[in-house]
Amino acid sequence: MNSDAVRFLLNNDVVTIENIDPNLTVLQYLRDERFKNGTKEGCASGDCGACTVVLAELNNDNETLNYKSINACISFVGSLHGKQLITVEHLKQGAKLHHVQQAMVDNHGSQCGFCTPGFVMSSFALHKQNSSPNRAEVLEALAGNLCRCTGYRSIIDAAMVSSEDAEDDSFAQHYQQSVKHLQDFKNLPAAQLCNAKHQYYAPKNTAELAEKLLNSPQATLVAGGTDLALMVTQNLGTIADLVYLGDVAELHTLENNADEFIIGSAVPYTTFTPMLHDEYHELGEMIERIGSRQIRNNGTLGGNIGNASPIGDMPPALIALGADITLQRGDVERKIALEDYFVGYKQTVLKDAEFIKNIYIPKAKTGQILKLYKISKRIDDDISAVLAAFFLEINDNLVTNVRIAFGGMAAIPMRAKQCEAALLNKAFNRENISAAQQALTLDFQPMSDVRASDKYRMKVAQNLLQKCYLELQNKTIETRVVNYA
Amino acid sequence: MRSLIDSKHSNENLNNKDINHEAATVGLGGVGRSKKHESADKHVSGEALYIDDRPSLRGQLHAAVGQSTIAHGMIKSLDLTAVKAAEGVVAVITVDDVPGHTDIGPVFPGDPVLAIGKVEYVGQPIFAVAATSYDLARRAVKLAKIEYEELEAVLTVKDALAKQNFVRPPFTMQRGDSAAAIAKAEHQLSGEITVGGQEHFYLEGQISTAEPTEDGGLTVFSSSQHPSEVQKLVAEVLNIPLNKVIVDTRRMGGGFGGKETQAAPWACIAALLSNETKQPVKFKLSRTDDMSMTGKRHPFENNYQVGFDSNGQIKGINIEVNGNCGYSPDLSDAIVDRAMFHSDNAYFLDQATVTGNRCKLNTVSHTAYRGFGGPQGMMTIEMVMDDIARHLGKDPLEIRKINLYGKDERNVTHYHQTVEHNKMAELISSLEANSDYQARRASISAFNNENTILKKGIALTPVKFGISFTVQHLNQAGALVHVYTDGTIHLNHGGTEMGQGLYTKVAQIVAEEFQVDVDTVGVSATRTDKVPNTSPTAASSGTDLNGKAAQAAAQTIKARLIAFACEKYNVTDDEVSFSNNQVMVGAETFSFAEFVQQAYMGRVSLSSTGFYKTPKIHFDRATGKGRPFFYYSTGAAVSEVLIDTLTGEYKLLRADILHDVGHSLNPAIDIGQIEGAFIQGMGWLTTEELVWNEQGRLLSNNPATYKIPAISDTPSDFRVDLVPDDPNREQTIYNSKAVGEPPFMLGISVWSALKDAISSVAEHKFSPALDTPATPERVLWAVEEMQEKARANKTKQDLSTNDKA
Repeated sequence: MNSDAVRFLLNNDVVTIENIDPNLTVLQYLRDERFKNGTKEGCASGDCGACTVVLAELNNDNETLNYKSINACISFVGSLHGKQLITVEHLKQGAKLHHVQQAMVDNHGSQCGFCTPGFVMSSFALHKQNSSPNRAEVLEALAGNLCRCTGYRSIIDAAMVSSEDAEDDSFAQHYQQSVKHLQDFKNLPAAQLCNAKHQYYAPKNTAELAEKLLNSPQATLVAGGTDLALMVTQNLGTIADLVYLGDVAELHTLENNADEFIIGSAVPYTTFTPMLHDEYHELGEMIERIGSRQIRNNGTLGGNIGNASPIGDMPPALIALGADITLQRGDVERKIALEDYFVGYKQTVLKDAEFIKNIYIPKAKTGQILKLYKISKRIDDDISAVLAAFFLEINDNLVTNVRIAFGGMAAIPMRAKQCEAALLNKAFNRENISAAQQALTLDFQPMSDVRASDKYRMKVAQNLLQKCYLELQNKTIETRVVNYA
Repeated sequence: MRSLIDSKHSNENLNNKDINHEAATVGLGGVGRSKKHESADKHVSGEALYIDDRPSLRGQLHAAVGQSTIAHGMIKSLDLTAVKAAEGVVAVITVDDVPGHTDIGPVFPGDPVLAIGKVEYVGQPIFAVAATSYDLARRAVKLAKIEYEELEAVLTVKDALAKQNFVRPPFTMQRGDSAAAIAKAEHQLSGEITVGGQEHFYLEGQISTAEPTEDGGLTVFSSSQHPSEVQKLVAEVLNIPLNKVIVDTRRMGGGFGGKETQAAPWACIAALLSNETKQPVKFKLSRTDDMSMTGKRHPFENNYQVGFDSNGQIKGINIEVNGNCGYSPDLSDAIVDRAMFHSDNAYFLDQATVTGNRCKLNTVSHTAYRGFGGPQGMMTIEMVMDDIARHLGKDPLEIRKINLYGKDERNVTHYHQTVEHNKMAELISSLEANSDYQARRASISAFNNENTILKKGIALTPVKFGISFTVQHLNQAGALVHVYTDGTIHLNHGGTEMGQGLYTKVAQIVAEEFQVDVDTVGVSATRTDKVPNTSPTAASSGTDLNGKAAQAAAQTIKARLIAFACEKYNVTDDEVSFSNNQVMVGAETFSFAEFVQQAYMGRVSLSSTGFYKTPKIHFDRATGKGRPFFYYSTGAAVSEVLIDTLTGEYKLLRADILHDVGHSLNPAIDIGQIEGAFIQGMGWLTTEELVWNEQGRLLSNNPATYKIPAISDTPSDFRVDLVPDDPNREQTIYNSKAVGEPPFMLGISVWSALKDAISSVAEHKFSPALDTPATPERVLWAVEEMQEKARANKTKQDLSTNDKA
């Protein structure tokens, strides 16, 4: 294997790392190896945002940069390869605060100050992409940052201060230089990192990936790492052989064809979501409630599927849409329906040395509609108690096609086939909906856990079917708290 | 000879003043102005140092503790062989290795620093490890082999009550004959409510470092609201005198009461391991360990019986509050007392009996949390207000108003303190008008008539919160002020900075005394060797106590400067004045720095301590009578919510707050406290759910499962006003009022508004039971309860109509 050290820009300086534990997170690297203490550890699980840093990456044009916020606490240090890592200490120029920092001071946006560097970095990333964000854009960008002191009003005001007339920061001043470095990094061979016990390898194409997996079938695949990293930071586990998918070119496919979308398994949510939003508006809105901006900047569809969590939000939606996935092992590729991928709690049909390549999402035909509902305790950044996905085709008030899938109701994301049967080829009316609600009790025996009771899960699943019916009957009524303004 | 004054610096200060319009126009030290937080620039740049950010010392080790995996039992055997042999482990200690006290209970005994043969909750520390890294220490503690003999665990309040399992004896406050008054009243109602606890979720977790000093002592850096207590407990566990222990707290990344007593165990363990190894030791709790091993806001189960007239005015009431204290007393006696003191909130209870039980359960020991039992006490009476209103078919606001304390009559609490300077009625009227309450109530009714799935609700609830530690001796504070020969000032006091802006406010007070820019007042870490024997920064009293102490210190120095001016320039003291960074002596004007230098040359002491103790307060617990509170802080909030009757999901649409902080020392900081407290209070009552399983293990032990408010939970329409021109009538610091805790309870308006929306499902004929936290699940069940009652009621009406027919 042709491979080389991990290279990236730390702020505006080129850094090369070689003999370092690849299980190290970016946060540990910054604090313990570089003594950069501005980035804080609040939870070490990607839930609070105190560790937010910003990555700059080349856009597809290879000439401009995309700035994105990520959780340093659940990103492995190897994933920095080829990118620019920006930390809070480097926003200030001399004694002069960066404009997003000054806005926080002017609006009294910090109290205890511990969450503040994270908010500053999320706001910095937002302003790099959008100099005059509106309230909704601010909320979306900062929903992954928790503050326990302020109640957020002052922080929202600070983030909404326009930076249109602001002076160039040091990253704007060094922009061309940064682009040049990142272009150079792109030409490097696959990145590798190892210490005595652990290794990390970032293949650049599926051939390298397939070869590596055939040679090391026990290797652990990591894409965004937003869940896998918890195994290290929370469960105190170690991962001997990490294979990073973020640099595999073919896994970054993004196709918008006449009748389907094709999404590479390593494409982060924030990259593919805009494409889906126009076709499936409710899917776009639901994705904005998956994790936080930081999570969606790193998290991938392949990861969400590969992880096989019973409470992942995308699988039920994609099962309802009839999505397929391709799996590759060596040079053999197979295509299966996503719903056939999950076989039991955290168990899938994925073979040793096999990886998820692409996700195929069919577009809606005339008369087909997707209705999606995410139920959680908190609106922002919360794991669903229930995720309901209804895909319906209704012609002359007759249900001619129906696929219904739920998350949080069983050990795997699963279709509600009895419920579907109660609706298919029947009139779309209250009576049949009522029967379909009853049928859900045949489909599922949900669990009680920290998020909800079994009774609530069932009741809400039934009520969501009713809500879906009411919304389709009368498209003008207000029915959703989340969207209410 | 070099001049004593670096004149460049002092001139720069003067020049800057001309540019700084805000400073130039007011010319005061800063009291009453929205000065930014003293660390704001450091917060936003990442330069503010928290304990975990301090440079590692040579040989620094990291601590972790082995925890009980059961809720109650005896330790049969403890095999630490594998722990001792684990990579990186330098020392392993158990309670047998503690040279001094083994109990670190803050008020009453009951909290072993490491388990003594018995464990009483899941997560209780049994042994401690020092290792060469944070990860190695955490991994090593998992290797212990522990055998237990399990004992029966008490895991519910009801079980504790049935078994009379208490950490402290019950206590009753009484005024008049409530039973007779209830019986005699036109109407009677009763009810009960379960009020959930709350995780503090300070963003910076618990952390301490301990470094050995040359004389067998220790310097401890602790993220603590109570450095003096950490000092005392560290000295006690090591069996060394207090003067060998220094505790330093520059800032906390949030406290909220969670670092009042709960910071000490980790400091003590770090100190024990440091003493054992003679190396520096850092002990940082991981988030999950922090959430599992530290106490929370007490969950309560309360009930009431009330008698009232047809206007809804209370004639008599019995209230029982049952606090889940966890396994040890900690601060629970005072916390349940405060729940009892606040069982009236803003209302005259007339004939009242309030009983408080301190239930012992096999969970972590619950502790101080913003409001200190007050919020849990208020929930009962606010439930009573809603219940009476629904019973009589009136707007709950009308019931709340008719029950408010009067000015000259109906003004004595159930603990016999007279409510003075009471402007609650005016405050509510003002908020009702400014928030457009009545018009919105009408438009909400219209909305609810048109919408079958979504329903709106609105509620106005008041807060009256007593200010002072109810433990009298804690109401004291000290400060230390130095003036240097360049005119800069060094300020230190016993209060700790946890984000509430205490350092900023006290610096403003000192700057005000000397009439200098607040920037010339340098604040420094709270340290037990600078100001001794301090009280915790708690009970909202930080500014009241430390501000007064610092003012006293500044005034002492100022008096010396005036006396010196009189003597040197042969003027009377009314000819000496301080203004705009200058000292005017007769016809002459000096810069403050210049004059300070003269005083130094004239051998005037430029350093002073200051001390303050709160006047007027007393309480006799034997009779349940007295004046525990120096004064009351008041406020009110109107919340408007939207609920989904099919899912129980909800959203706060708008909040209007009017809060009384007296003469605000810093309006921006006060508004920040009010907004933050309101949202935190809302979180407590809505999404923040603590879930223990049947074995007593906390399941919601990380931020993925425990949901504090996030940014979208803040209402898009959020209006916060301070009551204008209303100085505190008591002689507090610049006639300000405490602000830390009182606005927390404004969050109750969100809960009441949710109930209003739920109640609308049955045309407000019934008062829904809504235990807290009111998660979407609980809201949905409450909606279902209302729908059932509405159906039953309709059937009843139909039947009676049929009968008549």
